[in-house]
Amino acid sequence: MKGMSLIVRTVTTIIIGFIFIYGVYIILHGHLTPGGGFAGGVIVAGALILRILAFGSEPADEKKSETRTSVFESVGALLFIGIALAGMIIAGTFFLNFLPKGIALNLWSAGIIPFCNIAIGIKVGAGLFSIFLALAAVKYVVKD
Amino acid sequence: MIIFLSCIILFLIGLYAIVTKRNMIKIVIGFALIEYAINLLFALIGFRTGMLAPIITKVDMAHKFVDPIPQALVLTAIVIALGTTALMLTVVLRIYSRYKTFDIAEIRKLKG
Amino acid sequence: MTFIPLFFAIPLAAAFIIPILGKIAKSVIWIFVTLVSFALFILALYGAAVTQQFPMIVYEMGNWPPPLGIVMAFDSLSAFMVLVISILVFAGSIFSLRYMSHYTGQWKFYTLYMLITAGMMGVSITGDLFNMFVFLEIAAISSYALVAFGVDAEELEASFKYMVMGEVGGLTFLLSIALLYAKTSTLNLADMANVLQVVGQTPFFWLVLGMMLLAFSIKAAFVPFHSWLPDAHPAAPAPISSLLSGIFIKVLGMYTTARLVFNIFGLNRANAPVFFNVLIGMGLLSIAFAGITALSQKDYKRLLGYSSVSQVGYIMLGFGIGNYYGVAGAIFYILAHALGKGLLFLTSGSVVNATGTRDITKLAGLGEHMPTTAWSFRFGSMSLIGLPPLVGFFAKYLIVLGALKAGFWWLAIVAIAFSVLTLGYLLKIENNVFMKKGRTQANKAPFTMRIAMVFLVVLIVLFGIGFQQVIDFLVGPAANALLRGVEYANLVFGSVGMSF
Repeated sequence: MKGMSLIVRTVTTIIIGFIFIYGVYIILHGHLTPGGGFAGGVIVAGALILRILAFGSEPADEKKSETRTSVFESVGALLFIGIALAGMIIAGTFFLNFLPKGIALNLWSAGIIPFCNIAIGIKVGAGLFSIFLALAAVKYVVKD
Repeated sequence: MIIFLSCIILFLIGLYAIVTKRNMIKIVIGFALIEYAINLLFALIGFRTGMLAPIITKVDMAHKFVDPIPQALVLTAIVIALGTTALMLTVVLRIYSRYKTFDIAEIRKLKG
Repeated sequence: MTFIPLFFAIPLAAAFIIPILGKIAKSVIWIFVTLVSFALFILALYGAAVTQQFPMIVYEMGNWPPPLGIVMAFDSLSAFMVLVISILVFAGSIFSLRYMSHYTGQWKFYTLYMLITAGMMGVSITGDLFNMFVFLEIAAISSYALVAFGVDAEELEASFKYMVMGEVGGLTFLLSIALLYAKTSTLNLADMANVLQVVGQTPFFWLVLGMMLLAFSIKAAFVPFHSWLPDAHPAAPAPISSLLSGIFIKVLGMYTTARLVFNIFGLNRANAPVFFNVLIGMGLLSIAFAGITALSQKDYKRLLGYSSVSQVGYIMLGFGIGNYYGVAGAIFYILAHALGKGLLFLTSGSVVNATGTRDITKLAGLGEHMPTTAWSFRFGSMSLIGLPPLVGFFAKYLIVLGALKAGFWWLAIVAIAFSVLTLGYLLKIENNVFMKKGRTQANKAPFTMRIAMVFLVVLIVLFGIGFQQVIDFLVGPAANALLRGVEYANLVFGSVGMSF
């Protein structure tokens, strides 16, 4: 798909890093402030989609992106199920909060919840980006 | 009470769009309206007058919060609606690439 | 005790390992899926054995006690449904090896297959209302994608129609959950049963029950909400059709209805006779309308689809009768129809694989060329018509016995009479496809397809001959689990701290 004008491309190069960092911030502070895995994942996907919208892409690059994104998505989901099953293997119940809970309202607290948020953030970001690639970027050949 | 009734009216408007519109994209928009109405109803059910949002910012805070369970349910429902809408739009795009039309009456005729 | 979350955790983990395997080693995927299905089958047998001793096992997720946390409430009815699901998933996964070799992107098929399994298992074992909705939507979305799998025009159209109707049902269910939460302030099924006893049978109660019944009728394809099924089930690939008709419409429609009506809302024939008569009426409408429409179909799988709508009516009839024999007959019929209709759809897949067409006016004389397929079809249809000593006969016999004991002797006559309709349309396929002297050339079905079909035939014969053991160990406890009504709640709260 084609890219956009010079102004859009310049602003994008400046701002895309900030959007990505903001998304990671929302994911990591999911147990303290509103947001968490899903909302942060959507913002990260927004950063990735902005890059493709502003600069355009070739079909060959899109195929490679699709493969890489699919691997990220599976890794995120497997990380989440792995944490849940680790609760079962190490400490006895499925999904048990088995890491030390720490002092309340610190960044390193609340057991497994930050790790679950990170896994969900990876999966949602990769998932939304691959939905975008499937719908908009990879062109359908209109068969006759 | 008026607010709950307006949620139900939004639900009925979405249902009307699904049942009577012929353009497939308008049917998908009808689904979006229904999902907005249900999520709004859910979030409003948990509201208690004069209490705070359910976020703890100091340890030992006074426990006067709005009900947090409907907010968690709405989060899950939004994700499910996202998945369904994405799948529906993919199928609509594929149908367009085969039949060259968004009109659902044409598609019924071809099936017989 | 810790085996309970494995029922949906193993298929979920498998579903997300498969895309990675699809990039590295494609040929391993089928073996992996078959092994996972076999492991689920063994787990289901173990679960059925355990519930003989402990009538209810409660598993708290993350050690949060009910009603604060989400629990899994595994009783005899859940064990029964999980066993039937795992049998059909195993047979389907063996069948898929050769059948899916014509489609591209096979790893996507197997991912969705594992996801739909995880969804159905989750619906059967959960004890929390919103958790039931989430698993129901997982299974439903996977089924919409699977129906549209081979992206031809016909399949896309069928999938879109199915998706619109199915999603309206799902969203109606969500609305009824919202209203129930507003009234009872709890989402746990056992706690809700206790609260609803206090609320009583007010108009609000009937409104919410009506909305839930509407949602489940759309998912289970009762007349007049059945119009998606004759388009969607033929369009899906054959192992998915057997899964959809065999177990999906029953888990998502009949199991959820039975669980909510009997255990949570606490209704039985004594305190709500009008409602149960309405259920009987719905069942009769499905049996009659779909059975008559099936007689005039020319497409193999479309005829079987209408037959599914008709047979699901028998199950609703059994639940509507409401005494022990009716409910036990309905549950036994779930097993009989799952095995029989699943087998019939697998034979249709074998025929399509060999000849490439589903039109029965164009097929002839396949009985000589494909003996395994023909004999599987004959066994499956004899079971569905209700001939002894196959499993379908005992299921229908129990429903008829229940009707007689409740005083509805005219219902018993109607149920037996409509079996003649079943004979009619299944004989139509038998005559046209397998018996007539034929011009069609066809090869024998491949080995793995034949193994899957023979596996289901063996199960039909075994469950038929051993029907007394099946009733004592599987069906009877499941019927008692439903008929004990609101005692379900006391049993859940009583078994909370237990471990073995």
